[in-house]
Amino acid sequence: MSEKQLDLLYSEVEEELRASVRALLEDKSPASSVLARVETDQVTDTALWKELADVGAAGLPVPEELGGAGASLRESAVVAEELGRAVAPVPFLGSAVLATAALQACGTEAAAELEALAAGESTAALTVPLAAMPGAAFPEDVRARDGRLEGTVRNVADALTADTLVVAASGPDGPGLYVVAADEARITPVVTLDLTRPLAEVSLEGAAGRRVAAGADAEKALRRALVAGAAVLSAEQLGVAQWALDATVDYVKTRTQFGRPIGSFQAIKHRLADLWVAVSQSRAVVRSAASAVAAAQEPGAGDAERTEAEVNASLAQAFVSGVAVTAAEEAVQLHGGIGFTWEHPVHLYLKRAKSDALALGTADRHRLALSGLVDLPAPTA
Amino acid sequence: MTTAPAGASLDAPALRQRVADFVAEHDPATTDQREFLAARFDAGLAWVHFPEGEGGLGAPRALQSVVDEEFERLGYTPVGREGLVIGLGMAAPTILAFGTSEQRARYLKPLYTGEEVWCQLFSEPGAGSDLAALGTRAVRDGDGWTVTGQKVWTSLAHRADFAILVARTDPDVPKHKGITYFICDMSTDGVDVRALRQITGEAEFNEVYLNDVRIPDTQRLGDEGEGWRVAQTTLMNERVSIGGYPEPREGGLIAVVSHIWRTRPELRTPGLHDALMRLWVDAEAARLTKERLRQQLAIGQPGPEGSAAKFSFSRLNQEISGLELEMLGGEGLTYDDWTFRRPEGVEMAKRSAGFRYLRSKGNSIEGGTSEILRNIIAERVLGLPAEPRVDKDVAWKDLPK
Repeated sequence: MSEKQLDLLYSEVEEELRASVRALLEDKSPASSVLARVETDQVTDTALWKELADVGAAGLPVPEELGGAGASLRESAVVAEELGRAVAPVPFLGSAVLATAALQACGTEAAAELEALAAGESTAALTVPLAAMPGAAFPEDVRARDGRLEGTVRNVADALTADTLVVAASGPDGPGLYVVAADEARITPVVTLDLTRPLAEVSLEGAAGRRVAAGADAEKALRRALVAGAAVLSAEQLGVAQWALDATVDYVKTRTQFGRPIGSFQAIKHRLADLWVAVSQSRAVVRSAASAVAAAQEPGAGDAERTEAEVNASLAQAFVSGVAVTAAEEAVQLHGGIGFTWEHPVHLYLKRAKSDALALGTADRHRLALSGLVDLPAPTA
Repeated sequence: MTTAPAGASLDAPALRQRVADFVAEHDPATTDQREFLAARFDAGLAWVHFPEGEGGLGAPRALQSVVDEEFERLGYTPVGREGLVIGLGMAAPTILAFGTSEQRARYLKPLYTGEEVWCQLFSEPGAGSDLAALGTRAVRDGDGWTVTGQKVWTSLAHRADFAILVARTDPDVPKHKGITYFICDMSTDGVDVRALRQITGEAEFNEVYLNDVRIPDTQRLGDEGEGWRVAQTTLMNERVSIGGYPEPREGGLIAVVSHIWRTRPELRTPGLHDALMRLWVDAEAARLTKERLRQQLAIGQPGPEGSAAKFSFSRLNQEISGLELEMLGGEGLTYDDWTFRRPEGVEMAKRSAGFRYLRSKGNSIEGGTSEILRNIIAERVLGLPAEPRVDKDVAWKDLPK
């Protein structure tokens, strides 16, 4: 089996981007303010999102002529790592990754929307359930007839604060992607397991939609958006896992029991060593997924590149989902009593990690997808 | 052959050119391998980071992979080098770091060409993971030493010409401080090598009894009592064998089970499929981690991930070989060959599934147990505190044995 060796390192530009995003998050969105925010009805930090947009986070993969950074999914993945590390409540995944990737795959049809998203003037949501699996059949929740949309989609990420909805709808002439103004829809918040990523039920009752992709093009655009989303989500999961590991290592160095730091007990050291290995491996897998998806989005990319992107994105979800959950669970356990309290932020990470493991396809579904992609088929009978 | 500037100014293109010039002069297809390697050593293309005249060019270590890749690309693939891993991987860097100029001149070249085989007399029945507890004694005796003790798990001892040896020279100081490092000529009287039959039925390893073995002081490597520090160099090199070439997807044992899955549809069950895919994902994650480390090394920024690679690999091998037996069902009840053989390398792919299963059990014990590697990661990478030491300030002779 041949495949190109992808660049698995971080470039200098990416490290600079990381540093500016991290500094901003440490300043404007410390754990204490995220904790306070999740108990309000304004979970999404729109002011923070504006500032992140100012450092370029809103339009990373959008071409420069549309006001974006002309970067790639590799840079988006670096931002996602930092946002995961801070469990930052901003509409990055829904707007800057999923909706943006879907619109970018629609060619020039959606240039105006992309421009507004890249500038941070508006945000968008891709109106599919957050649990959607990239390779699944085109959704049938919304029906389209004569430019009017009818139907309900549950658990849509970042829809509550979105200005624009990118709706996957099926009609008499097949699948289509539609752009809908958010105020045309009824958007109802859902009580979520992950307190830091708001979800909503989106009801369309005859809303006017502008079709930006039809038929096979719409199917391809949705699939590419979900593959890109899965790759970037794995970077967010890496950030969650890294935070959990770092916070726990710091904690076990200072917490003493039986007359010595608990981090000197081999039973604890070995668990953290295992976790460090898993997080290191996750970084390689995440970089590979981001690079493969970026390569597939370059002009001139063909089926081979798109297959590699799908292999790597599924690999990343299959591997890193479990690592992030384990890291957060270990963090709760090794923090002892304090880890079970509301006041310590570790529960935010556990909730994010477990929800992320269900988003954009579970590890099990990705393993199944992968088995098809690499010719290790499931048994038939 | 034109002489380009040597040393730190060498870069990848300059080294590629040197290799191309070298291969043009010494056709790998028609030159005897040992002569070819001797010439390569003399040209400084054995270990490019070694000094000139000692097999290298004083170039950055990361460039070795460029040289190896270029030789392979130009049609030179060394054969039969399995028996040299200890000499190449452990003795050479230690001799380079601590040897006298006489020792370097005497040992490095025949070690590189394969003329002389090396083994490592480190582990003892009572000192494996706790290597510094070793009890083999070396006593001053005129201009040399007399060594008595027993070593174990010594691969290649039955073939080796020389050994790197650690022995206790001062039992009255704490255990790390009384050790000295020697080069032992395996043909010396009193060196008694006995095959050690292992779980697979064959004997890769040996027990080595040292009965009043005479070692001249000129064979000491490093200062008296400094053996622990010298051994650290050896052990570090044992665990850092990353670099070289990019590995393809589905290398290693995962290729074996993937092949069975593809060609034997009658063996497929849903549970096995899930287990296979989990391990396929783990194997790919391990491969990408190694690849990422390789890319870091290539730009001169090695990461700490190397300390985890051996550890991950051993776990993977054990899980994959266990799955393979389950996949084979009834066929897994048989074994290929219990003959008491003395192999020179580990031939995982060529043997039966049962052999792979049993042999892989050694992977998490040999070359640093997984438990020791976890301690190293926890203490050196994560900075976690060491466990309290009960043996730290106690003379070796007073420790419980």
